[in-house]
Amino acid sequence: MQVPAPFEYQRVHSVGEAIALLDRLGDTARLVAGGHSLIPMMKLRLANFEYLIDINELHHQLGYIRVESGLIRIGAMTRHRELLESDELAAAFPIFRDAERVIADPVVRNRGTLGGSLCQADPSEDLSAVCTTLGASCVIQGLDGERVVSMEDFHRGPYETAVGDAEMLTEVRFPVRPGGSSAYEKVERRAGDWAVVSAGAAVWLDGGSIADARVGLAAVGPNTAGIPGIADIMRGRAPGEELYARAGQIAAEACSPVTDRRGSAEYKRHLARELTVRVLRRAVARAGRQEA
Amino acid sequence: MTTTVPADGHRTAFVDNDQKPCGHGRMLRKEDPRFVRGKGRYVDDLQLPGMLHLAILRSPLAHARLLSVDTSLAEAHPKVRLVVTGAMLAEKGLAWMPTLSGDVQAVLATDKVRFQGQEVAFVVAEDRYAARDALELIDVEYEPLDPVIDVRTALAPDAPVIRDDLEGKQDNHCFDWETGDAAETDAVFARADVVVKEDIVYPRVHPAPMETCGAVADYDAVDGKLTLWSTTQAPHAHRTLYAIVAGLPEHKIRVVSPDIGGGFGNKVPIYPGYVCAIVGSLLTGKPVKWMEDRSENLITTGFARDYIMRGEIAATREGKILAVRTHVLADHGAFNGTAAPVKYPAGFFGVFTGSYDIEAAYCKMTAAYTNKAPGGVAYACSFRITEAVYLIERIVDCLAYELGVDPVELRMKNLIRPEQFPYRTKTGWVYDSGNYAPTMELATQLAGYAELRAEQAEKRVRGELMGIGVSFFTEAVGAGPRKDMDILGLGMADGCELRVHPTGKAVVRLSVQSQGQGHETTFAQIVAEELGIPPQDIEVVHGDTDQTPFGLGTYGSRSTPVSGAAAALVARKVRDKARLIASSMLEVSVADLEWEKGSFRVAGDPKASVTIQDIAMRAHGAGDLPDGVEGGLEAQICYNPENLTYPHGAYICVVDIDPGTAKVTVRRFVAVDDCGTRINPMIIEGQVHGGLTDGVGMALMEMIAFDEDGNCLSGSLMDYLIPTSLEVPDWETGFTVTPSPHHPIGAKGVGESATVGSPPAIVNAVVDALKPFGVRHADMPLTPSRVWEAMQGRPTPPI
Repeated sequence: MQVPAPFEYQRVHSVGEAIALLDRLGDTARLVAGGHSLIPMMKLRLANFEYLIDINELHHQLGYIRVESGLIRIGAMTRHRELLESDELAAAFPIFRDAERVIADPVVRNRGTLGGSLCQADPSEDLSAVCTTLGASCVIQGLDGERVVSMEDFHRGPYETAVGDAEMLTEVRFPVRPGGSSAYEKVERRAGDWAVVSAGAAVWLDGGSIADARVGLAAVGPNTAGIPGIADIMRGRAPGEELYARAGQIAAEACSPVTDRRGSAEYKRHLARELTVRVLRRAVARAGRQEA
Repeated sequence: MTTTVPADGHRTAFVDNDQKPCGHGRMLRKEDPRFVRGKGRYVDDLQLPGMLHLAILRSPLAHARLLSVDTSLAEAHPKVRLVVTGAMLAEKGLAWMPTLSGDVQAVLATDKVRFQGQEVAFVVAEDRYAARDALELIDVEYEPLDPVIDVRTALAPDAPVIRDDLEGKQDNHCFDWETGDAAETDAVFARADVVVKEDIVYPRVHPAPMETCGAVADYDAVDGKLTLWSTTQAPHAHRTLYAIVAGLPEHKIRVVSPDIGGGFGNKVPIYPGYVCAIVGSLLTGKPVKWMEDRSENLITTGFARDYIMRGEIAATREGKILAVRTHVLADHGAFNGTAAPVKYPAGFFGVFTGSYDIEAAYCKMTAAYTNKAPGGVAYACSFRITEAVYLIERIVDCLAYELGVDPVELRMKNLIRPEQFPYRTKTGWVYDSGNYAPTMELATQLAGYAELRAEQAEKRVRGELMGIGVSFFTEAVGAGPRKDMDILGLGMADGCELRVHPTGKAVVRLSVQSQGQGHETTFAQIVAEELGIPPQDIEVVHGDTDQTPFGLGTYGSRSTPVSGAAAALVARKVRDKARLIASSMLEVSVADLEWEKGSFRVAGDPKASVTIQDIAMRAHGAGDLPDGVEGGLEAQICYNPENLTYPHGAYICVVDIDPGTAKVTVRRFVAVDDCGTRINPMIIEGQVHGGLTDGVGMALMEMIAFDEDGNCLSGSLMDYLIPTSLEVPDWETGFTVTPSPHHPIGAKGVGESATVGSPPAIVNAVVDALKPFGVRHADMPLTPSRVWEAMQGRPTPPI
């Protein structure tokens, strides 16, 4: 049994209570949601916090998927399993179900949350790539109310986010545009492992041509990164293999993988290309079926 | 004699499930009710009054001089009862302990640390949390030294000397070993039409049992008795070694190995933690529990493999294999902790000639010390046969590649023929029995081999990557004959005691210790078959040195070959006595009695019979017994095997590789095993399924890796991947039966067969799939990245 260093623990019942505690305790405190990254790090004593503020009681307030006109809002405490099982979400953004199927295992998915995944900001994290792909924005609540930041601004670097010491991520918003679909692919060494590389794509069709396209990659750089160059070359063009190949080329050039136990940098660059092609192909096929 | 089972044989074999009232056959495991209900009793479940908890401070560095250890802050912790350093153990002469290979290993470091994770000090505290917290209060000053990590450079003249604790040691040389005839082998190679050479790495892997290692030591100062509950596969051997090392009288030591959550060889060695727990109890007078955590288990306890092998094979143009030659560089870590019979420093690697009838063979091995964790035999390898089989089965496939012949055809041409058994190999091993061709044929039949090759040909045209891999293995298990085999001077024979109670229920006491193998069922079935008592009426007692006769324990697939034989023979001894009593009960001469499972009857008079239960009551009851027959119905035996047993098998693996991502999927796996007489086919299948899963892990994902500073990069199950049900196919098993001629019931060991046989089948399948890329060899673990690199024409060794 691996045991963490001593810490104090408080369960809170409102966002206000959590933020007030965070304000008082500063960076010696940490919120715990699903805990599947934080607790192992504490048990290995890689992370040592004096206080843990348990926000699982907030699940009934912040665990939701709300489909509105032109917008889907997902509460930060929504668990992986709820994201996986939501038919409404899968209809609007099939990328979520693609990704959730390959995130960890059922035990982790029962507890882990969308907010926890994003705030952990692991460069290999799948939901960060999904949110980047979908152009999500994050609602961050602080003492003086809330602010909304884009995914690009949310991630500051590996394990770093825009969420301040006395702030908390409460909701993630996804714009819904007509004619769109999406897809996600991951290569892992074993089921439930972190990605060697993964890629998400979202495309929007208008008649026979691409109105917009976004690609998000995980595990090939310090942060999951959107790749604007791909949208630039695809907009206004008819979808096809040649275009996907060019997009794949851009993805491979845009990323900056490193060699580690999951694979060589060269291989990961290859995968960025290969998976970009695959997810674009699949997203376009799905969007095409919707249009038809 | 070989029984060949037809294509659907493995399915029809399910029919006899629990139908037989006693004896061999499929029956549910007697131990399962407690395990499936979560009621197993493991070392960590033990709670004793006043029990304290021990935690070990480990070195963060792979190689460093120990300058000072300051424990004052830890000692001041309110819940800490004891802090012990290497210097304190040295005063008591306990800082070093012998390993199972005649080397020494530091219990706690005194002069240097020699691998990351080495034990430096320990704390005993009132609870586990306080013990762990107090470790951070110990201040250790290290002077870092250059580490030796790559075994290829360990023997360079300028390499730092790791083992300067050994008098006069000037290098990192551990041992040299050779087998076979070098000159004869060279001569055969010189005249061969074809010689194929390949460098083959079997990387370091870890057994990773679900339960980590641990112990509860309880020294009772009143009666001077030490009880040690510990995660050991060999309780008797451990007790004797504690007696020898610590000077405690052996009759005052009781070692108990309760339920064990997997061993795979990881729980054969004596680890410093066990010794620390004993010292902790001796010094505090309280029971002391030590349970290592997952990272400690992966980083510091017995690893396996770590062989760099150059394999060479010589053959005629027609594909007759003539000779095999190999040079091996073995990484033994910082201390030679290999658990193997004394005369076999390389374990049973000498069986690297495999299942083939060849003219000559030679192996030269050099072992070196490195700044890595010690160990070296663990992980279901039958004393290094895993490495040996991998070498021969990989190099035979390389030969098939060069000759352009089918790998099944090449193997069939060279398999030892049935009339050649007992077969003496060119390295001196005597294979007891075998009938190889039917096993290979059954595997190809179950797999639909010809159809698979046709499918592959079609797919290759379309650019799809499908591979079919074959391996044929012969194992050597059941160590062993005491004239040849001992561990630290302890002969590898096993005792067994059987007592039949007055009402005909029985208890059998064994020296071997189950870690999940189903001993409580299998051994009851062995006795049931011999005595005709239902297995449910036979209690199997094991794992407690106060309750069981001496023997060397469970590893190397030795339980059924050695203790299984002992159980059968002790039951026959009881039966012989029962026959005498029956003759007086039935008032006929012994010669007129016929044995039918469970009863003696008078020949020609079927109504005149007595059951074993009747006889048991008579043996304990009133009335006279025949002259010279004592009361009671019990016997004991110590079985010394005359040879090892040699199970064999033929495995066929089918893989698909995604050409875009290089990810390997094991689509099918056919395993045909021949382990002689099958006592409980369901348990055998379970063992085979587990071993095949192990094989997928080693072939595709497992490796204990280090960086250049000697940091272990595989210290958690996030970094050291083991396969899940999603990585393995539905196993397809079949069997043939070639009994062992010298084992009393013809059984051979099977526990490690699948671990030994499956990695080469999987790797051969991957390499076969990559044939269009001109790949002849690629090393494990075949992760997507490493497969992709092979496809790019640059397969690299993993170390």
